Amino acid sequence: MYKNLRWKVVTILGVFIVFFTLGVYPILAKRYNLPAPGWLLAKHLKLGLDLQGGVHLVLKVNRDDALRITTESVSEQLRESLRAAGVEPTGVSVTSPTTFKVEGVPADKDAEFRRVADEQTTTQYERSAAGGGVHQFSMRPNIVKELYEQTMVQAVETIDRRVNELGVSEPSIARHGMNDDQILVQLPGVSEVARAKDIISSTALLELKLVEAGPAPTREALLQPYNGQPPPDMEVVSGATDASTGQAGTSFFLVRKVAAVTGNDLRSAQVGLDENSQPAVMFSLKPDGARKFAQVTGTNIGRSLAIILDNKLQSYPRIDGRIADNGRISGGFTQQEAADLALKLRSGALPASMSYFEERVVGPTLGRDSIRAGVTASLAGLMLVVIFMLVYYKLSGINAVVAMVANLIILLGMMAWAGFTMTLPGIAGFILTMGMGVDSNVLIFERIKEELAAQRGARAAISASFSRVGWTLFDTHVTSFIACFFLYNFGTGPIAGFALTLFLGLATNLFTSWFVSKTLFEFNLSRRPANAQAISI
Amino acid sequence: MKLFEHTNIDFVKWRWHAIALSLVVILAGGLAIARGRLPLGVDFAGGTIVIVKFQQHVPIDRVRGAVSSLPNGAGNDAVVQEYGEAAQNQVLIRVARTGDESGGKLSEVADTVVGTLKQANLAGFEVINTEIVGPVVGEQLKRQGMLATIFAMGGILIYIALRFQFSFAVGAIAATLHDLLVTLAFLAFFHYDLTLNVIAGLLTITGYSVNDTIVIFDRVRENMRSMRRENLSTIVNVAVNQTLSRTVITAGTTLLSVIALYLFGGEVLQGFAFTMLVGIVSGTYSTVFIAAAIAIMLQGRKPIKGQLAAPAATERKPGRRRAS
Repeated sequence: MYKNLRWKVVTILGVFIVFFTLGVYPILAKRYNLPAPGWLLAKHLKLGLDLQGGVHLVLKVNRDDALRITTESVSEQLRESLRAAGVEPTGVSVTSPTTFKVEGVPADKDAEFRRVADEQTTTQYERSAAGGGVHQFSMRPNIVKELYEQTMVQAVETIDRRVNELGVSEPSIARHGMNDDQILVQLPGVSEVARAKDIISSTALLELKLVEAGPAPTREALLQPYNGQPPPDMEVVSGATDASTGQAGTSFFLVRKVAAVTGNDLRSAQVGLDENSQPAVMFSLKPDGARKFAQVTGTNIGRSLAIILDNKLQSYPRIDGRIADNGRISGGFTQQEAADLALKLRSGALPASMSYFEERVVGPTLGRDSIRAGVTASLAGLMLVVIFMLVYYKLSGINAVVAMVANLIILLGMMAWAGFTMTLPGIAGFILTMGMGVDSNVLIFERIKEELAAQRGARAAISASFSRVGWTLFDTHVTSFIACFFLYNFGTGPIAGFALTLFLGLATNLFTSWFVSKTLFEFNLSRRPANAQAISI
Repeated sequence: MKLFEHTNIDFVKWRWHAIALSLVVILAGGLAIARGRLPLGVDFAGGTIVIVKFQQHVPIDRVRGAVSSLPNGAGNDAVVQEYGEAAQNQVLIRVARTGDESGGKLSEVADTVVGTLKQANLAGFEVINTEIVGPVVGEQLKRQGMLATIFAMGGILIYIALRFQFSFAVGAIAATLHDLLVTLAFLAFFHYDLTLNVIAGLLTITGYSVNDTIVIFDRVRENMRSMRRENLSTIVNVAVNQTLSRTVITAGTTLLSVIALYLFGGEVLQGFAFTMLVGIVSGTYSTVFIAAAIAIMLQGRKPIKGQLAAPAATERKPGRRRAS
């Protein structure tokens, strides 16, 4: 009888030892400084934000910004090309992030216009003539999709670089939401929310542009010589109090639209001091940028260069000579502000602006309380279930308890090995695994009682019970799996942690409550006379 | 040791009383919910929650007074309550608004709450938790939560319909729906908010409460083979009585673990544990009284032949002997 028993026992012990080593031993080793190889300690159960404290942010990427930037630059280029080709329309204007229109194309230049326009825009835009010299351009849907995708990838990469520079350990930055336009940022252990938020979501678009006029106290005053409208190749920017002049209040400047140098040309940025020993950001340029910068500064000595960050003028130093590959941004920063700006410039500009949709901050105190509560509840749950099983099923209760403990250890081992994150609801899933897992043993044991009552021998009763209950166990587990599956897909963070823990716990429970428990019975009976009639249940 | 030995309670006879009682609870719950007794938590409605821990005890009314003076009437619909054990001096402040979603201003309301508390001359405190959910995310989660519940129920219905007769599947889903509605009613009676954790509890109940029903249906099917001459009511009644002790014990062990969670799991999991607590009790009740009753109603109208056809349907799979 039970000829495979030895192999079953070996299998169970093997599985148990593997998962104990992966899941439980590293925790003990860390706690009590036991010897353990590094690779084992590296794979550990991570604590979720709700347990160790930290910041959870959901940002919306305003992807249309990237479309608008493209549309603006394409329409601007088209205007230039048309002018070069001798076609002078009365107006080129951006009407939405994906559309722009050209008005007043002279009738005799229509063919020329079409040639130039199609040559330049047809890969990205669809052109339709509205009559009367008006042409509408709208971005092709595949280009919109492509730009959206590019924007998201670039945004995630940029935020990732910034967060890494912040020195957060084990951050998580992932795309999120049903429209695929959100990013979920999780920063364990961070509590300076305001600073983290600023660093993550500042566009940090740096532009150096030649100043044509200004400063002026109002927009109107600035534009008076230009009949109230900036010339087509110029634009108005404003800046707050400027440390370099000591002038208070907002002032307005007219600058060239085309930037001499942008943040893309930067090689690096560091904190330094300006001539007044105030914190400032020193930057150096890549070779290409340096060449452009040298050319612009060399030919415009005596004029001012506006340093514009996210459309706000920071300062406008006078160009005293030809500058090649480095420069300085000052503007009354504190040391921290200068350091953060340098960080943002180093990691590059975001391709679009961001909005915050969700913000959750768990302080370390609350996290510690939650861990304590979770551990207490787990131990209390374990004790209640163990006591009940031992009292109600006597010696067979030990069988159920061994199966349950094995289940919990395998579950912990799996989660640690796969690098899952333990959350507070995850602990709830762990506790529920105990209560719901032991149900399977109850079903089996009750059936054994019935079979014994029907005057079957112990061996027959046990093998009949396990085979009959098998499919019932399968059915009851599948319904819970279905619920867990949808819960996992629905929830982020903690809730997904719950669904995953419960799912894995119930899956391993199928193994322990059926296979392990059956083997234990068989092992026990194999040491008794073959005609044994009674088992303690 | 055996909990119920040779019981022979006529559960089927009491089914109308049981259904009436459930309807009363569900209707009362519906009324309470209609009167706003089960408000959506910030997860779904959007809003701001700030939890602060004072260095010493502060009367809750003083906090409430300070919060009611929030600018722009933001404090009018605020909820201020103690959080966790009284000795911890923790207070939760919930405001239905958030700052603007664009331009990094989402946390403005939370900052105002903290600023107002600082000015109110209360004891020193630290902010231990902030939750700010903008209206867009709330709307998104509401839709996802509803879809998840519907899909989970649909998936379970399909699975049971595949494994059992359709009338049994309807009975099982009716019982599950009953449990969800009763649980929602009790959440309303006890003034819980509908949060993400509560939804997780409800979905877990959906998967769990159907388990007992499966066990009984398995037994009904087995009895249909051995008791062909009896009518369906008797068969069901015998099955319910035979499985009574395991129905109660399986619910009991899960209940034990949930009680541990409810008592020791801390404030964060309170709503979840309460949902599970009610759901498990209701699940046992509905398994015994509701599920089989509905299966009988659907099956019972058919002539005796229909009853004989039932076991035949299972005998299509002779290889599988299943029952417990």
